[in-house]
Amino acid sequence: MTSDLVLTGISKRFGAQNAVQQIDLTVPAGAFFALLGPSGCGKTTTLRMIAGLEEPSTGTIRLGEQEITGLRPYKRPVNTVFQNYALFPHLDIFENVAFGLRRRGVKDFKPKVTEMLDLVELGAFGKRRPAQLSGGQQQRVALARALINQPQVLLLDEPLGALDLKLRRQMQIELKRIQTEVGITFVHVTHDQEEAMTMADTIAVMNGGAIEQLGTPAELYDLPATTFVANFLGQSNLLRATIIGRAEQNLIVDVQGRKVTVPLPRCRVTEGDVWMGIRPEKVFLSRAGTEQSNGVNQLRGAVVTDVSYVGVSTQYLVKLSWDQELTVFEQNTGARGTLAVGDQVDLHWQPAHTFVLDAQQDALAGVEDIDDSGGAG
Amino acid sequence: MTRAGRWFGRNLVMMVAIVVLLYLFAPIVVVMLMSFNEPKSKLSYTFDGFTWDNWQHPCRPFGMCDAVSTSLRIGLLATVIATALGTLMAFAMVRHQFRGRSATNLFIFLPMASPEIVLGSSLLALFVSSGFGGQLGFWTILIAHVMFCMSFVVVTVKARLAGMDTRMEQAAMDLYANEWQTYWRITFPLVFPGILAAALLSFSLSFDDFIITNLNAGTTVTFPMYVWGSAQREIPPQINVVGTAMFLLALLLVVGGELTRRRRTR
Ligand SMILES: Nc1ncnc2c1ncn2[C@@H]1O[C@H](COP(=O)(O)OP(=O)(O)OP(=O)(O)O)[C@@H](O)[C@H]1O
Ligand SMILES: [Mg+2]
Repeated sequence: MTSDLVLTGISKRFGAQNAVQQIDLTVPAGAFFALLGPSGCGKTTTLRMIAGLEEPSTGTIRLGEQEITGLRPYKRPVNTVFQNYALFPHLDIFENVAFGLRRRGVKDFKPKVTEMLDLVELGAFGKRRPAQLSGGQQQRVALARALINQPQVLLLDEPLGALDLKLRRQMQIELKRIQTEVGITFVHVTHDQEEAMTMADTIAVMNGGAIEQLGTPAELYDLPATTFVANFLGQSNLLRATIIGRAEQNLIVDVQGRKVTVPLPRCRVTEGDVWMGIRPEKVFLSRAGTEQSNGVNQLRGAVVTDVSYVGVSTQYLVKLSWDQELTVFEQNTGARGTLAVGDQVDLHWQPAHTFVLDAQQDALAGVEDIDDSGGAG
Repeated sequence: MTRAGRWFGRNLVMMVAIVVLLYLFAPIVVVMLMSFNEPKSKLSYTFDGFTWDNWQHPCRPFGMCDAVSTSLRIGLLATVIATALGTLMAFAMVRHQFRGRSATNLFIFLPMASPEIVLGSSLLALFVSSGFGGQLGFWTILIAHVMFCMSFVVVTVKARLAGMDTRMEQAAMDLYANEWQTYWRITFPLVFPGILAAALLSFSLSFDDFIITNLNAGTTVTFPMYVWGSAQREIPPQINVVGTAMFLLALLLVVGGELTRRRRTR
């Protein structure tokens, strides 16, 4: 019944602007797939091409065996939950939800609509108009209106964007539950990395109309392929480094005169200048000179410049001898007393947590709202 | 003193509103009153006595009901034609990209902006020079009315359309409605209030028009022309009967529309 959705070489130009550039993508049947990226990166455009509301400039879209690239929207077994719901204001909730079934000439649609309204807990609201519902309720109507058609693929364009945080979390769980229940392929567009990570099986990170990286949330987080992904998904410390040699399955990297090892498979480039990356929670801090190196990477002679206590963890800013500041998260296990500003510390981390990226890329690419995720303030 | 002042301040807006309403409704009240007048002389402007007679014999003044009927027929026809063409025009101008769209936007406003007397006389010149000078009458009036009503229709419907979210239609298509179904199930119902408003406006413009009509009417007489003509000699109170009837009809339409709208949104 359901089949893979395959995009091959999809591009979309609006006049001189390339909204989407050469996307190749396979969404496995039944997957919860997230398209993640900053505003204006082409997520909606990609979704609209799948729905048939926009015609690709190049490339093909297939659903299993069937090519759907040129099909009119109403000929595709695909339904959309729009960014602002787009409920029909002149029809009541029941008729909104029944719309698709009626158009397809499904007989005996009434019990189905009632059942669907119950599924989204709006059974008592059938006679109301969209304007008489709250944002969260409208969102559920939009979902019900699309889901009732049992499409092969359900497209969701930031369906939770307009909801407040609490409702958002609630709906995330709800959506995930419904998806597991109905087994339909979900393509979920969002610019909220946390939402994508908690909900999706597979995430495609988009930037500037292209896909930067595709993988499971853990894969993307553990081994980002670009500086953009490293910064957009969680936080990363990126240090200027040079590859100077190779030892068995590791590369030796020089960071301002100190040697660091990185497993070969974790290196995107294998020679010349690079960015050496490490996630803040993977770094362990010790008072200067108290820990020996035993196979772990180290940077000695740093100074704590900022400490923010966050309850479960503490976030440190440490300044390295060449004045670069790194972020370090430490769980407050109580094993060692917290450090204070001005303390001399050494940094330790596992080679297996290190990653190496192309130095051509911008170290600040994908850094979002530094103010509320960074610790400088 | 201050208490009175405060009371005055609080109710000032209300009092202004009442005065404005009185100002607006005074002529209508007079029309209604005069429809029950029993004038002593032919050119009487005063209320001389009450009678049902005018309402019982509205067609007594010679030619008046013919004039009303002509006006109604022209009004209805002009409304239908102007609304249909104007709506199509509005759709084209909002939904399609074409060369000279902004110029068209400007041209649409021209008939509304030019003085009626100029429009009327140049239309007459057009009719005469193209050989229709002998056939001035119902059809030339109709053509003229369609022309000036259309601008208003385009502007009214365009405003409604431009404010409409195309995502509604996209959502309908996404939900298996083809172009035809999308138009009739979504687009049309959503634009309908605009079309209705345009139609009502067209009708009242057409029914009311004197200047352009007078220039292009030949021997045909519309209601406004009849009133104008008779005002020179006598003022039959039945004119006020027609006026009152029109007013009540309009009131009925507005109130009815408002009631259905309220019932729908409840
Ligand atoms: N109809 C259009 N005409 C011209 N440019 C367009 C059109 N639609 C989108 N674009 C441009 O294409 C780019 C991608 O737009 P898109 O709507 O896909 O972004 P998005 O990733 O969905 O962003 P957001 O998160 O803000 O919704 C943007 O730069 C946008 O300005
Ligand atoms: Mg978008």
